[in-house]
Amino acid sequence: MRAAFRMPAGGRIARGETLSFRFDGRIYTGHPGDTLASALLAHGVHLLGRSFKYHRPRGVLAAGSEEPNALVEIDRGGGRRTPNLRATEVALYDGLVARSQNRAPALSFDLGRINDFFAPLLSAGFYYKTFMWPRRAWRMLYEPLIRRAAGLGRAPEAPDPDRYANRFGHCDVLIVGGGPAGLMAALAASAGEARVVLVDEQAACGGSLLDETTATIAGQPAPVWLAETLATLNARATVRLLRCATAFGYYAENFIAIAERVTEHLADPDPGLPRERLWQMRAREVVLATGATERPLVFPGNDRPGVMLAGAARTYLNRYAVRPGRRAVIVTACDSAYQAASDLAAAGVEVALIADLRDTLPAVASDLAARGIRVAAGMTVLGTQGGLRVRSVAVAPARGGASVRLACDLVLMSGGWTPAIHLFSQSRGQVRFAADLGAFIPDRSVQRERSAGACRGLLDLAETLADGARAGAAAARAAGFPVPDLPRPAVAGAITPAGFHLGLCPRAAATRAFVDFQNDVTAKDIARAAQEGFHAIEHVKRYTTTGMATDQGKTSNLNALALVAAATGRAIPEVGLTSFRPPYTPVTFGTLAGLSRGALFDPVRTTPIHPWAEARGAVFEDVGAWRRARYFPRSDEDMHAAIARECRATREALGLLDASTLGKIEVVGPDAAEFLERFYVNALRKLGIGRCRYGLALGENGFVRDDGVIGRLAPDRFHVTTTTGGATATLDRMEDYLQTEWPDLHVWLTSTTEHWAVLAVQGPQARAALAPLITDIDLAPAAFPPMSVRVGHILGVATRLFRVSFTGELGFEINVPADYAGAVWEAVAARVAACGGAVYGTEAMHVLRAEKGYAIIGQETDGTVTPGDLGLDWTIGKGKTDFIGKRALALPDLRRPGRKQLVGLLTTDPALVLEEGAQIIAGPNPSPGSTALGHVTSAYPSATLGRSIALGLVAAGRQRLGARLYAQTPGGVAEVDLVSPVFFDPAGRRIDG
Amino acid sequence: MLLIPCPYCGPRPEIEFSYGGEAHLARPRDPAACDDAAWGDFLYARTNPKGIHAERWRHAHGCGRFFNALRHTVSDQFLITYRIGAPRPEIAA
Ligand SMILES: [Zn+2]
Repeated sequence: MRAAFRMPAGGRIARGETLSFRFDGRIYTGHPGDTLASALLAHGVHLLGRSFKYHRPRGVLAAGSEEPNALVEIDRGGGRRTPNLRATEVALYDGLVARSQNRAPALSFDLGRINDFFAPLLSAGFYYKTFMWPRRAWRMLYEPLIRRAAGLGRAPEAPDPDRYANRFGHCDVLIVGGGPAGLMAALAASAGEARVVLVDEQAACGGSLLDETTATIAGQPAPVWLAETLATLNARATVRLLRCATAFGYYAENFIAIAERVTEHLADPDPGLPRERLWQMRAREVVLATGATERPLVFPGNDRPGVMLAGAARTYLNRYAVRPGRRAVIVTACDSAYQAASDLAAAGVEVALIADLRDTLPAVASDLAARGIRVAAGMTVLGTQGGLRVRSVAVAPARGGASVRLACDLVLMSGGWTPAIHLFSQSRGQVRFAADLGAFIPDRSVQRERSAGACRGLLDLAETLADGARAGAAAARAAGFPVPDLPRPAVAGAITPAGFHLGLCPRAAATRAFVDFQNDVTAKDIARAAQEGFHAIEHVKRYTTTGMATDQGKTSNLNALALVAAATGRAIPEVGLTSFRPPYTPVTFGTLAGLSRGALFDPVRTTPIHPWAEARGAVFEDVGAWRRARYFPRSDEDMHAAIARECRATREALGLLDASTLGKIEVVGPDAAEFLERFYVNALRKLGIGRCRYGLALGENGFVRDDGVIGRLAPDRFHVTTTTGGATATLDRMEDYLQTEWPDLHVWLTSTTEHWAVLAVQGPQARAALAPLITDIDLAPAAFPPMSVRVGHILGVATRLFRVSFTGELGFEINVPADYAGAVWEAVAARVAACGGAVYGTEAMHVLRAEKGYAIIGQETDGTVTPGDLGLDWTIGKGKTDFIGKRALALPDLRRPGRKQLVGLLTTDPALVLEEGAQIIAGPNPSPGSTALGHVTSAYPSATLGRSIALGLVAAGRQRLGARLYAQTPGGVAEVDLVSPVFFDPAGRRIDG
Repeated sequence: MLLIPCPYCGPRPEIEFSYGGEAHLARPRDPAACDDAAWGDFLYARTNPKGIHAERWRHAHGCGRFFNALRHTVSDQFLITYRIGAPRPEIAA
């Protein structure tokens, strides 16, 4: 297809190379340097999409990231389908595949268009009014139908196959925006040693200078000045230019988030490169040179394809050598549109009329009139006509009189320019309303930041350049780098964009006069919201959804404010301004996630035994960040059978558990014993060397926080274990007390969790199994009683051997350095097998300890449980005057009778296993509003006991032993009997083997 | 992301730190001498000011040290950080 609207010369495109691409299945051509929008416009294609709510045909409004209409889906193949990309930002590459969105069955014939004829039903507050009733309609109608009819593209369904990178950056001066102000700021800031980063969202730096054909800077044509400036900056080693990079978030302490598009715009990217890269940039000083966005005028049919911002038309013409139409009508309240008219006329586009909303024409008007172009002051625009493309526009005198329809295929509009204060506002800077500009501009900075150029309302090119130089130099100096002032460059041939209009055009109807193009919000919607009592702009915004689309109202916010102000009889500053929030433009989830996906999302901790367990077909479970073997099924076993076998083997012969995840802390120093005495409830000061004690740690509020075993290895050295989940918190709490409350104590804490692997050998055969492997520790009961620790060797590997039991059986816990753990495990596992034992996992460990009534901190406790509630008052050292939590245990509520206490629960149906968390109630039919007596904390089938068992916390539980209560189950209420939590070997005889 | 000046290491990003609650709440020397109300206050009563808040931070993923900071709870700005044991600096809001 011939690109009939491409000019024979000019533009910043590489004409020597022709690229071919598809849009909705049709093949078109373009050149490197084109965007998808410019290439389509070159073929006369203006219809690019359907609108969100009314499915109105929409074209290209703008030429940059503010574009609200021209949203497309780009399909890069292999699941790489991205919706809602602005065609004005999509750089063209060979083979690009793009599709229009939100249309069925075809862009030119869309059944959803019927929504437009029902527009009165879909007006402001439609969502709130319609979706109220009936409930069934949600499922039947609203969700399936309305959600499909209204929307923005299709989310991709396949996992994202691309790679994303993350980089932390630091610089002295960060400049956001590579237009005239940003370039001058970079020149000035980089005159010394400061490290300068310039970020620009476009593929080419230059901003408005890329569209400039007539202006001269410092005596040179603007394009020449631009090229020389970029060459100067590129030659400076201290300057980094980031192109295709959007600074989308401005956070505390000059922390700027930048999304850099690395390969998406390339037809054949280096596979080693990521698709996008997230920069987390910390800058000493920031210069915001984010420019300004042209505002549409609000009049009926201002959204028809062929209606465009005047500055955008100039961009397409000068930068891409594309005529956006054949016959243009220009309606404007700003002088910059005259520049567009002048350039279009010079390029052979017929300019039928420049209708100026202002009563007085600017000086530049006479230049155009002299070239035979009709210019009229005091005009307004009443509407456009046409189907899929504008056919004519109705203009009329603003103060009354007959309107006239002018045939055209292009309507250019300009309501003036809105400074882009998004990042400034995100930085928490205070803005003020500049009445002479009709816009908000930066007032007071909060961070080490300064705005320069158009984004602070300086729209004149000469002023913008000078302001950039001033800001760049000031930033470098503030960062500690002396730099000279740059001379102010002379500028000629540029028109200053003076003048603006806000709100509805005079005499124009509010119906179908679009304010927010992307969310289909009209002037009428906003007026209705005001009528219905929504006066605060944040309320109007939510009620009408104006400014809430993916463009965040870049082209619409000020017009919306002006309409609310007009409807409520207030000035714009009184109406206020909605908050700007990151991201400035949409950012992909991939960029935010970076490499934190899949296995890298939340790294898994494994023990040195993990490969062995994996090879044996263990089933794993996640315990905090750890991955632990839950059970080891044999080929013919299901989970229950495997756990039952592991439990039976341990009780009858021997079991081996990988307990390496236990938290371990080495507590060392002359005051170590005193410290532990204060930290734990137990009496530890006089703990003998080689002895262990069960330790219970409370918070100052008296509630149980952690438990473990404390072994004394020397007068000044303790081996302390914690729960798997509590390891970090316990070490942190210990550090806290040592550093802040008891800095006089000389104690050093070291986490040894990953240093020591732990092999728990439990069962009547434990001693027999280990005896051949250990030569220098006497395992005899008298020499090595329960709750003691010995240092020696197993298979020649240094070990700390504990005689402890979490099963109620004769037990040892072998601590060996992790690097040797694999070999030691293999040998011990062989001995266990030889003794008729089994390796068991965490599930059997849970069952075995529950049979003994041992509480697991975090399972039986929930942060409101005292030692007494668990029946562990015996652990509290008698005669201790103080320990963490002691004082709180004396508070009335912690001594209150009727507190929930740990009990055993036996269902009358022995096969029924209760659900953990099930409520315990007094009767089978609790009256509404009655309170549960407690809840189930653990429940298992017990192979040892041949029936189910459960632990629970029940109010005054120990006084209710023998009572029959009830538990909620999915199948109804079940009878349970309250019993002692020690189901097995209550006399504790088995501990000696 | 905030930049927090560790008194031992200098300014570091917020993700290296953990928060430790209100500062200058010393554990009573003799808890047994506190009545229930006093101990309840020690456990639960906090000033929660709108304005300058003295609070504990720990450079958990750095030097590991606890320190105190004055932070403005409206602007979220760190006004000053200082070592454990040092008196609260006088600073105007
Ligand atoms: Zn530090």
